[in-house]
Amino acid sequence: MRSLKFLLQKEFRQIFRDKSILRIIFIMPLVQLIVLPLAADYEMKNISLSVVDHDHSGYSRQLVQKITASGYFRLNDYSPTFHASMQEVEKDRSDIILEIPAHFERDLVSQSEATLFVAANAINGVKAGLGSAYLQSIIRDYNGQVRTEWMQLPRFNPDLEIAVTSSNWFNPLLNYKYFMVPGILVVLVTMVGAFLSSLNIVKEKEIGTIEQINVTPVKKHYFILGKLIPFWILGLVVMSLGLLIAWLAYDIMPVGSFLTIYVFAAVYLLAVLGLGLLVSTYTSNQQQAMLISFFMMMVFILLGGLYTSIESMPAWAQWITRFNPVSYFIEVMRMVILKGSRLPDISRHLLIMTGFAVLLNGWAIMNYRKRG
Amino acid sequence: MEYVIQAEKLSKTFGEFKAVDEISFQVSKGEIFGFLGANGAGKTTAMRMLCGLSIPSSGKATVAGFDVYKQTELIKKNIGYMSQKFSLYEDLTVKENMQFYGGIYGKSNQFIKEKTAAIIEQLSLQNEAGKLVGSLPLGWKQKLAFSVAIFHEPAIVFLDEPTGGVDPVTRREFWGMIYQAADRGITVFVTTHYMDEAEYCNRVSIMVDGRIEALDSPHGLKKTFGTDSMDSVFLKLARGAARSAD
Repeated sequence: MRSLKFLLQKEFRQIFRDKSILRIIFIMPLVQLIVLPLAADYEMKNISLSVVDHDHSGYSRQLVQKITASGYFRLNDYSPTFHASMQEVEKDRSDIILEIPAHFERDLVSQSEATLFVAANAINGVKAGLGSAYLQSIIRDYNGQVRTEWMQLPRFNPDLEIAVTSSNWFNPLLNYKYFMVPGILVVLVTMVGAFLSSLNIVKEKEIGTIEQINVTPVKKHYFILGKLIPFWILGLVVMSLGLLIAWLAYDIMPVGSFLTIYVFAAVYLLAVLGLGLLVSTYTSNQQQAMLISFFMMMVFILLGGLYTSIESMPAWAQWITRFNPVSYFIEVMRMVILKGSRLPDISRHLLIMTGFAVLLNGWAIMNYRKRG
Repeated sequence: MEYVIQAEKLSKTFGEFKAVDEISFQVSKGEIFGFLGANGAGKTTAMRMLCGLSIPSSGKATVAGFDVYKQTELIKKNIGYMSQKFSLYEDLTVKENMQFYGGIYGKSNQFIKEKTAAIIEQLSLQNEAGKLVGSLPLGWKQKLAFSVAIFHEPAIVFLDEPTGGVDPVTRREFWGMIYQAADRGITVFVTTHYMDEAEYCNRVSIMVDGRIEALDSPHGLKKTFGTDSMDSVFLKLARGAARSAD
């Protein structure tokens, strides 16, 4: 036990002496939490619109005005022909084309029916999809407006209509920051837990001090504990910092309790520390460890539900996410912060994470022994 | 005579390769034992077995009275080790390194404090005690590393090419420290490529292709091989090596 005290003391001295680690610990959460949520914006604004109006009627102008007044669209050009506006799309100046046919107004009045054509630039699929959806809903809205104002006798509605009013639970304003920030917090904790720890251990291998430790009577499990405990604490410190920044910058205060978050984070950190230890047993220098970490981080983030929802992934990808510890923590973070889930609600996640922790650490320690 | 290292037909094979091939020798207490051999002759492998870092394939050996198969933890408690790679923590200060190594060998705070003061005094590092080890010149680092290796007063200290890259003056001082340690009863087991250093040893063994080909005092070796320098003794033996150097 006494040797553990000296190992911990040494480790903390080295960590606090290393300016780059300190910077990573304190500046990384700040930058990631302040810059990333602002950049990763799912809402579409400023969609460039080209209008090809063959009708030049009161109704067509009214429609265009209603669209531009929505705030989502910016009128890029009024083109005489579809071909001309298509060129705008080709030059990437326009995202979506609305073509209003000739006799739009006449058809609408005389036949109660008119057709519009919408063409979207689908190079950016999200923008195209959202743009045409927005446009359609504005047109539908306009449709209803025309009907009430034009059929003078609204005594009864000839077309039955079901109006849908929706309300968004847990994130009423659909603020994407509430979605992003908990996820980014998880990435931060993972970086500290898995990657700083593996780099640290591999560094001792690289400079040869681990050989010196091996000829001392220090027990291997004490050496490992001496490495894991400091990074476990650092991980929790970074998460606390992150939660503080989330509150100060975005006014995000968990609906659930901090205790739930910390209990899960404590177990989660054990799991990712095991991963870090495992990486360190398979690598012999810091470059190798760094490259492996980089590769894993990519997979963790892209298959972790940070940016894209896991539910919309293909079945095989969803299957892979089950082996990704990051995906569980992201889910738990969102559940606790947005929905106020409590420990019983996340018990399944907690159990799986405990499994991860036991498995990864067990594997790492076995491999560490073997490779001595 | 009291032996602190006893090896009998000690071997280590990696697959078909016999890295160490049935070496037998004894080292007595307080002796300075030179362990010579060309690169790749098997010195480091033999030393790793004696330090409890690697389990032998066959043969018998005891270090400080403990068995190299079963009592490696006890061996580790009773030996010091200084590798050819500098292995103090460069981002810790001189004092902190001593405190750390003293601590993990289970020494009391009182012991650590007194010993640290004594070493700083001995090496005249009063002004450097609070400096990071990384900022010291190589020669000082090596002397410090040796002091740390014997900080816990081990029965035996293993030195693996301790003076590589060090200037002649510092090497002299380094050997002065080795003699002081031996006078205190610490057995010194040292590998080197410098033949003048071999002359400083009480006895010298020369390994060729995993076997010990010669073992005697430097004087005795020179007489046996009919030359006047250790250099030519070494060359005569090492030229016969089948293994190419690494």
